[in-house]
Amino acid sequence: MTEQSEEFWRWREYRHTDPDKDWHDAKIVTAGVDIGSVGSKAVVTLDGELYAYSVMRTGGVSEETAIEAMNRALEGTGLKTDNVHYVVGTGYGRVNVPFAKRTITEIACHARGAHYIYGPTVRTVLDIGGQDCKAIRCDEKGKVMSFLMNDKCAAGTGRGLEVFADLIRVPIEKLGKTSLNVEEEPPPVSNTCVIFAKAESVALLRQGWLKEKVAAAYHLAMVNRIVDLLTRVGIEKDFVVTGGVAKNTGIIFRLEKSLGIRPLEPKLDPILAGAIGAALFAKALYEKQIGLR
Amino acid sequence: MITAGVDVGAKYAKIVLLENGKTVMTRVNSTVGFDLLKSANTVFKKALTKANLERDQITQVVATGMGRKTIHKKPPINTQEIIPEVIADAKGAYHLIPTVKTVIDVGAEEGRGVKVAEDGKVRDFVINERCAAGAGTFIETMARALEVGVKDMGPLALKSTNAIPMNAQCCVFAESEVVGLIHSKVSKQDIAKAIHDAMAGRIASMVLRVGVEKDVALIGGVARNPGFLPPLRKELNTEILVPEYPEYVGALGAALLAFEMEGKK
Repeated sequence: MTEQSEEFWRWREYRHTDPDKDWHDAKIVTAGVDIGSVGSKAVVTLDGELYAYSVMRTGGVSEETAIEAMNRALEGTGLKTDNVHYVVGTGYGRVNVPFAKRTITEIACHARGAHYIYGPTVRTVLDIGGQDCKAIRCDEKGKVMSFLMNDKCAAGTGRGLEVFADLIRVPIEKLGKTSLNVEEEPPPVSNTCVIFAKAESVALLRQGWLKEKVAAAYHLAMVNRIVDLLTRVGIEKDFVVTGGVAKNTGIIFRLEKSLGIRPLEPKLDPILAGAIGAALFAKALYEKQIGLR
Repeated sequence: MITAGVDVGAKYAKIVLLENGKTVMTRVNSTVGFDLLKSANTVFKKALTKANLERDQITQVVATGMGRKTIHKKPPINTQEIIPEVIADAKGAYHLIPTVKTVIDVGAEEGRGVKVAEDGKVRDFVINERCAAGAGTFIETMARALEVGVKDMGPLALKSTNAIPMNAQCCVFAESEVVGLIHSKVSKQDIAKAIHDAMAGRIASMVLRVGVEKDVALIGGVARNPGFLPPLRKELNTEILVPEYPEYVGALGAALLAFEMEGKK
């Protein structure tokens, strides 16, 4: 592979099983499958506790991605999809999870998942995904009170970062850190359109700006846009960030600086929030089905 | 008396040299690099050479366009005045089409709708300068995804009679959608038409915010694209006039204003 054809937006896929848990001991095994526009996540919970998960890129056919994500999550556990009592599908491609008994919107799932990951003090969830960005207000039970989202425009989403990673030829996983490697924050590029922000970045690079500095200007623009969305929904503590972009330290650092509120540290991979929420809803639905609730 | 209008746009710098506020002597354009001043100077020099003139033979220079502030009052052009694009658009279009009431200007990175009063002044206007999906850049980006030359996009779209809806309203998302359409074996001409239809829809809804009144003129670089006019006509349900040199209308307006300013002295 020549250097030219490297794909800097391509992130690592992974899976994990909790070695301290055994599904044979569990009364209720449920799963949540979150088919996002860019990443797909499958989570298996045992009696409402996280057991195994997988994260992979969404392929061209959502059904195949759903099956593959589930297989990867179950890999090595001895569990089969058929052994799972109840599966809930969520995300952009939620209707394409063939083995799901129900679908629930990603808004509800992200709030519920954030409640699990960060605890009952969470009141504002910012989910920055591949192709959209949502600001969600929730109560102490993880129930959605209100939300705002941008799913029309790539500015302020993971897609915007992918475009930029390819432009400055830095792997997407290192992009945030790269953007923090500046002594002083430069003025931001356009925050209304990825195409314009990219064109401005090209001009800055040509003027001799280091890629770190351009990355800082780009991240700052993105954060300004996200802060607008958060301000409109109204931000209340505790504040957390979920979705793939939650892993970008350049975004998190600037969000904190701009809002004056430090997002809670995730105890689990924040990309899983939607799928965890779906798995927990699946548990509740299963309990209802068998008459436990 | 000779006056000049310089329109420093996002993609091209345009210049018009005008004699006695009536006759266009020269029209020249040149692409804009990231150094706006240098680009403007280049196009100005080109115009002088073409018209066989010296700078001091030009009485008054007025600039417009997004780069107008960068070049203002700087030698060798030494613009005496700068004016917003919408004023230049209205002035230039009114000169060419005295019955014009609505001017639609679609450039590389901006789209504008201008309502023109009886005397050629601006009555109302609307601008999109925030989203590439409502400007020429949209078609350019989609051309890249389709692997078709920008200039071939319009003629290609005209070959299609199918109406395929495009859902994405963002350049970046539309790019993925176009790739998806290619994969599902939709013909390039149908995709090209869908692209023009989508953009016409966005421009129309912007212009409708100020209202559309006849006569309607389409100017700016995108007016050169034959594939854009039919869907825009359909969306606005009206005849649309395109002047002969649509991309120079703003520069012409600036040159006309330069002439008027001189007359008032």
